Amino acid sequence: MEVLFRNVRELVERATRENKLISEIMIEQEIMITDRSREDIMAQMDRNLTVMEEAVEKGLRGVQSTSGLTGGDAVLLQNYLKKGNTLTGGLMLDAVSKAVATNEVNAAMGTICATPTAGSAGVVPGTLFAVKNKLNPTREQMIRYLFTSGAFGFIVANNASISGAEGGCQAEVGSASGMAAAAIVEMAGGSPAQCAEAFAITLKNMLGLVCDPVAGLVEVPCVKRNAMGAANSLVAADMALAGVTSRIPCDEVIDAMYRIGQSMPSTLKETGQGGLAATPTGRWLESKIFGGAVVGSGN
Amino acid sequence: MKFKSVFDIIGPVMIGPSSSHTAGAARIGRVARDLFGKQPTWAKIYLYGSFAETYKGHGTDKAIVGGLLDYDTFDERIKTAFEDAKQAGLTYEFIPETAHTEHPNTTRIVIGDESREMSMVGISIGGGKTEITELNGFPLRLSGELAAILVVHEDRSGCIASVSNCLAKYDINIGHMEVSRREKGNMALMVIEIDQNVNEQILNEISDLPNITQVTRIAD
Repeated sequence: MEVLFRNVRELVERATRENKLISEIMIEQEIMITDRSREDIMAQMDRNLTVMEEAVEKGLRGVQSTSGLTGGDAVLLQNYLKKGNTLTGGLMLDAVSKAVATNEVNAAMGTICATPTAGSAGVVPGTLFAVKNKLNPTREQMIRYLFTSGAFGFIVANNASISGAEGGCQAEVGSASGMAAAAIVEMAGGSPAQCAEAFAITLKNMLGLVCDPVAGLVEVPCVKRNAMGAANSLVAADMALAGVTSRIPCDEVIDAMYRIGQSMPSTLKETGQGGLAATPTGRWLESKIFGGAVVGSGN
Repeated sequence: MKFKSVFDIIGPVMIGPSSSHTAGAARIGRVARDLFGKQPTWAKIYLYGSFAETYKGHGTDKAIVGGLLDYDTFDERIKTAFEDAKQAGLTYEFIPETAHTEHPNTTRIVIGDESREMSMVGISIGGGKTEITELNGFPLRLSGELAAILVVHEDRSGCIASVSNCLAKYDINIGHMEVSRREKGNMALMVIEIDQNVNEQILNEISDLPNITQVTRIAD
């Protein structure tokens, strides 16, 4: 299959050489691969953006999952924000609350758009709808944010993994956070090279993150990992925009993530058997939710 | 490249909580129904690896049953799939297995009605993308690099030519093709990997050809 880029180096080189945004290269590649029109592709991404908006709004109104493990934290965060006395600042906490809102809706079996997966669906929209208030983007720029995210996710998915069962949480929330960081940089007017630096800085700091969901549910610690992923991506975006670069090139960071995922034991890859899932409280919650039937014992 | 479209990454729009364990599972269930050709009346669903360990938490069970009821990934009715199955006359059983499989998210779905049954193996490879790896004991060897369709047909002369002619008519290039059968004159399969994706119209045209039983997209 002929593509415009196979790795981050090729993506950045092409965008720089042709003096185009990374989002534009992603759109051009989508047109080339699928034979669909630009209008059609933009319209589909517009619909995905609407799904994300609705999920954030729903989460901010307050939801509860069936298990009772998650829900309501987005509301707590917004109420705290309104008092105007936060330590980390309004934009940061706004992004965190909107990432949490999305994942709370996901945990409650609501409708979301996977970015790149459902368990990591909070980071990209959470940061987008917070940065929006600062940068006042057009609708098209918001749609482009998703294409820039998608370009980096496309590389990770093909060269490494975006599956928690294969690579742990670093492959899901780690990838999502890097994708968001790159998209923030483009929206803020940074260069394609700075997008790649932001991605590398973010993912480097999430390497080794395991997938250890309590009771096998996409709730604990998934919702809060999306919160931290959003914060991580905002810090990395600011670092890249300041001119900070990663000593390890982006593609090598992605490769490191893949190799770490391969050497991770399966107990820490979405099996609900290790890490937080295997703590006394994790086990107790599991038996409480499933009425004594412990998931993982083969029943 | 397993992931070809930006919408494999930013998407699918789906009911939570997991793209691989909920959306992917619904897609596998739906392909099984598609291949069976109608709604089955019973289903035995074997789960392996991460699917076996976490299916209850992820709603994998509801999603597969939802898929068997023809629900898409974003269909809100996935939540009530168990009740809906009862109404629709579909009984189901989930069997978590401890055997090790090549991919951590693997399911074998055996479905049937009073007159026939079918067995299929599907894997969910992340972000909602899925692949079908076995049908009725036939391994479907896919490179994972190209889009692929599966054609189930009667073992008669001319079938392979008519399908490839139809693809040629739409300028669809075949990258790899495998044909197999159990016994002479019985059911046979074609797994066709193609350079371009095919639309519903082409799939319908192929399924209308003589001696073709079923046509389904198994990778895109």
